[in-house]
Amino acid sequence: MPWLALAFLSPGLVMLAALVVYPIGYTTWRSLRDASGRSYLGLHNYVTMFRSDSTRTAIGNNVIWLLVAPTVVTALGTVFAVVTERVRWATAFKLVLFMPMAISFLAAGIIFSLVYADNPDRGLANATVVAVHDVVSPAAAYPGARPRDPGPFTQQADGSLRSSRGYQPGESALVGLVGVRPTSLPAGRVPAVPTAATPGTVGGTVWFDFVPGGGGVPGAIDPGERALPGVVVQAVRDGTVVATARTGDRGEFRFGGLPPATYTLRLPASNFTEPFAGFVWLGPTLVTWSIIGGYVWMWTGFAMVLIAAGLAAIPREALEAARVDGGTEWQVFRRVTVPLLSPVLVVVLVTLMINVLKVFDLVFILAPQSSQDDANVLALEMWRVSFGGGQDQGLGSALGVFLFLLVLPAMIFNVRRFHRGQR
Amino acid sequence: MRHPMRHPRKVTAALAGLTLALTACGSGDTGGTAATAAPSGVRLPNLAGQSVEVAAVWSGAEQASFTEVLRAFEARTGATTRYTSTGDDIATVLGTRVKGGAPPDVAILPQPGLLNQLAGQGNLKPVGSDAATGVAANFAPIWQTLGSVDGKLYGVWFKAANKSTVWYRTTAFAQAGVTEPASWDAFVQTAQTIADSGTTPVSVGGADGWTLTDWFENVYLRTAGADSYDKLARHQIPWTDQSVKTALSTLAAVWGKKGLLVPGASQTDFPTSVTQVFSANPKGAIVYEGDFVAGVISSDTPAKVGTDAKFFNFPSVDASPPSVVGGGDVAVAMRDTAGAQALLTFLASPEAAAIWAKRGGFTSANKNLPLSTYPDDTSRKIAQALVNAGDAFRFDMSDLAPAAFGGTPGKGEWKLLQDFLTNPADVNGTAQKLEAAAAAAFR
Repeated sequence: MPWLALAFLSPGLVMLAALVVYPIGYTTWRSLRDASGRSYLGLHNYVTMFRSDSTRTAIGNNVIWLLVAPTVVTALGTVFAVVTERVRWATAFKLVLFMPMAISFLAAGIIFSLVYADNPDRGLANATVVAVHDVVSPAAAYPGARPRDPGPFTQQADGSLRSSRGYQPGESALVGLVGVRPTSLPAGRVPAVPTAATPGTVGGTVWFDFVPGGGGVPGAIDPGERALPGVVVQAVRDGTVVATARTGDRGEFRFGGLPPATYTLRLPASNFTEPFAGFVWLGPTLVTWSIIGGYVWMWTGFAMVLIAAGLAAIPREALEAARVDGGTEWQVFRRVTVPLLSPVLVVVLVTLMINVLKVFDLVFILAPQSSQDDANVLALEMWRVSFGGGQDQGLGSALGVFLFLLVLPAMIFNVRRFHRGQR
Repeated sequence: MRHPMRHPRKVTAALAGLTLALTACGSGDTGGTAATAAPSGVRLPNLAGQSVEVAAVWSGAEQASFTEVLRAFEARTGATTRYTSTGDDIATVLGTRVKGGAPPDVAILPQPGLLNQLAGQGNLKPVGSDAATGVAANFAPIWQTLGSVDGKLYGVWFKAANKSTVWYRTTAFAQAGVTEPASWDAFVQTAQTIADSGTTPVSVGGADGWTLTDWFENVYLRTAGADSYDKLARHQIPWTDQSVKTALSTLAAVWGKKGLLVPGASQTDFPTSVTQVFSANPKGAIVYEGDFVAGVISSDTPAKVGTDAKFFNFPSVDASPPSVVGGGDVAVAMRDTAGAQALLTFLASPEAAAIWAKRGGFTSANKNLPLSTYPDDTSRKIAQALVNAGDAFRFDMSDLAPAAFGGTPGKGEWKLLQDFLTNPADVNGTAQKLEAAAAAAFR
């Protein structure tokens, strides 16, 4: 009789041995050997692994992933599950939320690389941020413009321009700027003209000191050079701004009624600040968080569906009793729904934790090369070391074993629960 | 095609006669080179009934052009040829075929490292005397060195790539009133003038590490010279050497000057670095990369190569001689057959190069290939620079280094130059980190 049972079990056992037991064994064996697989290294690979900076970054990022992603996904899933219970068109709503699950990680990665594109004309994330920002603070008139170097004006650390000499009433200044973008030049091609000095005023001209096609004398108004209207100019005496003017259509400005003294001219930085271009979502600082955002988008639907199923199984009487006893909706949710739901929540959380530990595709696709190191996770490091240029499959196997050990507790936990559920 | 046996034999016999006649007159008036300079000057054996298999990475248009070359070979020798496209991973494909005991007669390798590797394993057959004569007559000596392992010639560099080309938008140059700079100082000045004119000049595709290694290599070859370049490529001098620091400082004159680089360089991938210069709404004026930029411009932007988009040779630094950093595809024999040797002889001839050169998308280092063969000015200038560089041609250094240092995204030289692009002031720190990474990879 046991023989018969064994015969029936054998196909399954053979598959299990070939596809699960053997690879685990071989990986462990391989992790004790060098890149070529020829010589035995003992635990050397494990030492190298923990000494490497990129493994340490990977572990750090995995911890962030493990703490943030499953929690956010489960929380959002719970919120959506509870909300969808009460709205009309709940099925349609759930369907839409669940849809990202039908997309592969690779496709989701490509979608989010578009969302996070730097250029606000292409990336949704930056388009939103820039639109909001521009409402709050509008863009400067001449971003990127700067004085000729060397010249009478120098750019200060704060971005403003300051004259290196002083002007007295009756004198006029020439403020030649370069690097003015074609897009910020006014439509009418108004040529710049020198502003004649009048007694008792400090005047001047702000213009684009560059002749299209080259030529011209730096610092002088040449034919064909255009005026820059709308530039804010300040007259400064002893460090305090005493007068402010804005250039007219011909680039001219004048400070009238100044008492005799020496004034320096200042063009505040607000004339020249670069337009806000959004965040570098996939740059070194934000990359992991941005990728987690993509992950949350994908998996919230999954969490919602499981939790909604759990919610449907909660005895209604308990909720109604709580309401009859005078509990507010929040209290009912907090004290009745969540405790009754906790077994489902734990399953979702643990499943996501296992899933998050082995995350690879999203990071691999979303992180550009220049920040791959900063977005590194263990599974990606394993790939990079074994195949992506490192070609050291011994070290890669060591990382694989380490990852396996990390996933193991969560697996055991889940299997145990499963057994209890059966009994 | 109907009489594959009879017809070509006649042609071959006639051509062989012609070759003899030409050799005779050639040696009469100008000496040895005249015979090889003649378009049909290469002598090939009669290979009727034999079959030659060629494996290369090329597919699509490149495969079609190369098939034309093979067809000419068939017509000349009577052999039949079979082309196998290996896909990108040629090393694996050839490795498996060698293990299986059935390598192709000829393989065309895209990486110099692979030539060394296969020759070292004893999987290549040395080039025969006919082909060796062709290589000596048609190529600068450097190509002979590059095709040799331990003093034995194994390869014929059939196709070459010029990675010392700086591409620019002609309207931006006209707007700023500047012309193609010939020296590095003039280049920096040109960039500055374009910046003054209101256009951010230089676009760098820093999200792809290899574009940065190419920048560095071009500057290093010009500041340190070819000898130091060879030493650094083999890690015989450390990356903390003064020559490396000089090259990094030179680079920083462009990378680190405010307003010269299109913002977001380290997040810009290579295709975007090209399109943002040549698109309808351009953000830059100059982009440096190899001759393949022309392909990206043609396929991804409205600009026309040769009118809207032109290139100049990577400027010389402190009057350094014309030099070219580049790459190429080398033909090697993997079996000891007459067909394989004959094909190598043919590929070393200007005649074979001319077939593909006429069709476009091809650069040859063959100095006896008339420049008039190229279909347009741009490809002619690219080839001219390559031939003019002569022995000052050097391979892309990062391709010669172990992959862990010179070829891994987010690691080694790629990553460190990306960091340098973000912080070009850190010359010493970058040199030290490069040395540490190189020391680990060159173990």
